[in-house]
Amino acid sequence: MKFLRDQVDKLKPTFSEGGKLSFLHSTFDALETFLFVPNHTTHSGGHIRDGIDLKRTMFIVVIALLPALMFGMWNLGYQFHRAVGMEVSVLENFWYGMLQTLPIIIVSYGVGLGIEMAFAQFKGHPVNEGFLVTGLLIPMVMPADVPLWMVGLATAFAVVIGKEVFGGTGMNLLNPALTARMFLYIGYTPEMSGDKCWVPIADGVATVDGYSGATTLGNLSMASGEGKPWSDSLLSWGTTIMDSVYGTIPGSIAETSVIAILIGAALLIVTGVGSWKIMLSTVLGGLFMGGILNMVGGNAWYDMPAWYHLVIGGFMFGTVFMTTDPVSAAQTERGKWIYGFFIGVLTILIRVFNPGYPEGIMMAILLMNVFAPLIDYKVIQSNIKMRLKRVKA
Amino acid sequence: MGQNIKIKRGLDINLEGTPSFDVHSVDSPATFAIKPTDVKGLVPKMNVKQGDEVKAGDCLFTDKKNERICFTAPVSGEIAEIVRGDRRAILAVKILADSTVSFTSFNTAGYISKTADELKELLLTSGLWPFIVQRPFGVLADPSVTPKAIHVSGFDSAPLAADLSITLKGEEANIAAGFEVLKKLTSGKVHLNLHTSKDSSVYGSVSGVERNTFSGPHPSGLVGVQINKIDPINKGEVVWTIKPQHVAFIGKFFETGNVDLEQTIAIAGSEVTKPAYYKTRVGADISGLLSNNLRSDNVRVISGNVLTGTKIAKDGYLGLYDTQISVIPEGDHYELLGWLFPSYPRPTISSTLPISKFLKKTFKANTNPHGEHRAFVVTGQYEKVMPMDIMPQQLIKSIMAKDLEQMENLGIYEVIEEDMALCEFVCTSKIDVQRVLSEGLELMAEES
Repeated sequence: MKFLRDQVDKLKPTFSEGGKLSFLHSTFDALETFLFVPNHTTHSGGHIRDGIDLKRTMFIVVIALLPALMFGMWNLGYQFHRAVGMEVSVLENFWYGMLQTLPIIIVSYGVGLGIEMAFAQFKGHPVNEGFLVTGLLIPMVMPADVPLWMVGLATAFAVVIGKEVFGGTGMNLLNPALTARMFLYIGYTPEMSGDKCWVPIADGVATVDGYSGATTLGNLSMASGEGKPWSDSLLSWGTTIMDSVYGTIPGSIAETSVIAILIGAALLIVTGVGSWKIMLSTVLGGLFMGGILNMVGGNAWYDMPAWYHLVIGGFMFGTVFMTTDPVSAAQTERGKWIYGFFIGVLTILIRVFNPGYPEGIMMAILLMNVFAPLIDYKVIQSNIKMRLKRVKA
Repeated sequence: MGQNIKIKRGLDINLEGTPSFDVHSVDSPATFAIKPTDVKGLVPKMNVKQGDEVKAGDCLFTDKKNERICFTAPVSGEIAEIVRGDRRAILAVKILADSTVSFTSFNTAGYISKTADELKELLLTSGLWPFIVQRPFGVLADPSVTPKAIHVSGFDSAPLAADLSITLKGEEANIAAGFEVLKKLTSGKVHLNLHTSKDSSVYGSVSGVERNTFSGPHPSGLVGVQINKIDPINKGEVVWTIKPQHVAFIGKFFETGNVDLEQTIAIAGSEVTKPAYYKTRVGADISGLLSNNLRSDNVRVISGNVLTGTKIAKDGYLGLYDTQISVIPEGDHYELLGWLFPSYPRPTISSTLPISKFLKKTFKANTNPHGEHRAFVVTGQYEKVMPMDIMPQQLIKSIMAKDLEQMENLGIYEVIEEDMALCEFVCTSKIDVQRVLSEGLELMAEES
């Protein structure tokens, strides 16, 4: 440790003000504080502080994402080999998926961190840890077939327009990772939806008979448009609803496995890093709306058992990792219940009633991001009213 | 009948170095100092100059804004130095003490039948008045107002806090007399707030006050929290608070006519060799108490507790209001990947540090903040340690935005810095909550 510290101290003047590489000060600072918790001390007020900091908090989220990401990599290989009718080992599936996924992750981190560090240097503030999570979330919600330049473009858009223009980490209105996905969804719809983008299969590669890369959500949209009734055959090609729980279905890279996502959720809840209130209320909202539609009945979407909604598409992934972003979510404790519940309700409503977007969770979260300050406002007003009432009494 | 109140949201931070039950006497230190900086917003007007002889109870300086408020000498002796800082602001008035204290005598006979104004006059001239703190804002009490209530927290729940049943032992009669005086100063009630699991026998002979009992962790012992639970402060209302030690000073003064500021303080913390109780006086030079009593050199000496106290030098002086000295290690060292693999246990409320949170019982906490300052990201953490019906994060944000109306709406009148010290402790973004709140309080005080 001493040796490493000495090396860092030796390099420090070069990157400090007046040094040759002072334009990289923020980058150096970020790396230095990554390696070493600084030797600062408190000076006034509280002389001791809690052991937790933002680096550790964000790192917990990254760890929570890993089960879903690992499973997603394997699943990508599995889906491909299933489509072309090949039996390969678990490791080969994983290797195949990893080779598909890694470039997307590298582009996302590279572009995002580059912009973050440039902004930090320009504005003279330290690099924030938030992008460690955002940079991983972006690839995880992409279809595997997405062109890399699109990932780069979307990441740049998310960081600059989604975050920095609002004043950086902590100030943004919208979830940056979803902003990236939304950007691509609106701008490059064909590459981001349909039945080809989830499992990349090169032109000319033969698939097995009957193969379809369509997702359950896609099938359902189609079926309800054509007035077909609900049946389990509408689940994605050759799967049962339990496959949706395990995650062995096509979809965005890491969104498919409910089990892997729930492992991450457990970590977030146990460590207190993710709000269980938001997660629970989102699920309740989804079940509530799904339940109402079940009672109404009428087409494939209405008649699908309400709990299916929770395990198909990105519902779980969004609920666990996207709704709980503390910056863009409601910030008051009572507000979190309302915020989550409406995300659940809106997700189902968008899925069922909007013919344009088969998936609703992305839209629902972004919409509620916009409404979160309003929810907080109402909660804060009730606290203020309580205080005013006391004066009158 | 008083109320029984259960505090659920809070945190007891258990640190190494709790004082043992022994009360030691040490040689009285050679110098004492009264520091105007201990009093928020005080601009002193000097009454003495270097070389003057004073007796205990003689006025050293007054408050420029209200010259009736005196600050008096805790001992007799010679004014050794008037320490000045930037722009000649007075930082301390040092007294070279006589070997035995001689007192300026006040005529307090028959105080029990005196009027409130007569009692106030005696408190003002004797220099005991500054021990009464006024809310909102936690400033010197304004003698021209009659508060709606006076609150006394009969226990201290802060980390390493002194056990008042030890420090106040033998002061029972003085405390009772002090409460008799306090009762005359308010039109409302005098509240004495006690803890269910702490010994409160020293208050046995206090009568005619409202006894409320609290249970639960820190900050249950903070008078601000207690006021919020018992009878909250609304806009335009004024409440006074005073510590039990200072009630005893007042009682003793009226009983004897002398300003006798002798008190028992706790010297605590992991870096103290013999954490224990010591008899000394307000404003004492602490170097005698710490010599041969420290485990290492690189330490933070705090007058007060680790959450709200003031950093002082090893040969510094006990603060005007403080009854405790805490000594903890400085944290001025780098920690390799410390955010990921903490190399030693540290107090926390976060389950992301399971060993520290669930296994370790007492900590050797140091002054490293364990991270850098960041913007607000995490939500819901302040609420876990804030038992008042105040939205802490929103209040702090309104102060950062300098939104006076919102600050008022969100209850800034009900809090002072110490009430939000735990919020500062738990903050993931390492925001200086107490400093921000202090700015807000100053802003509000200017406006009103």
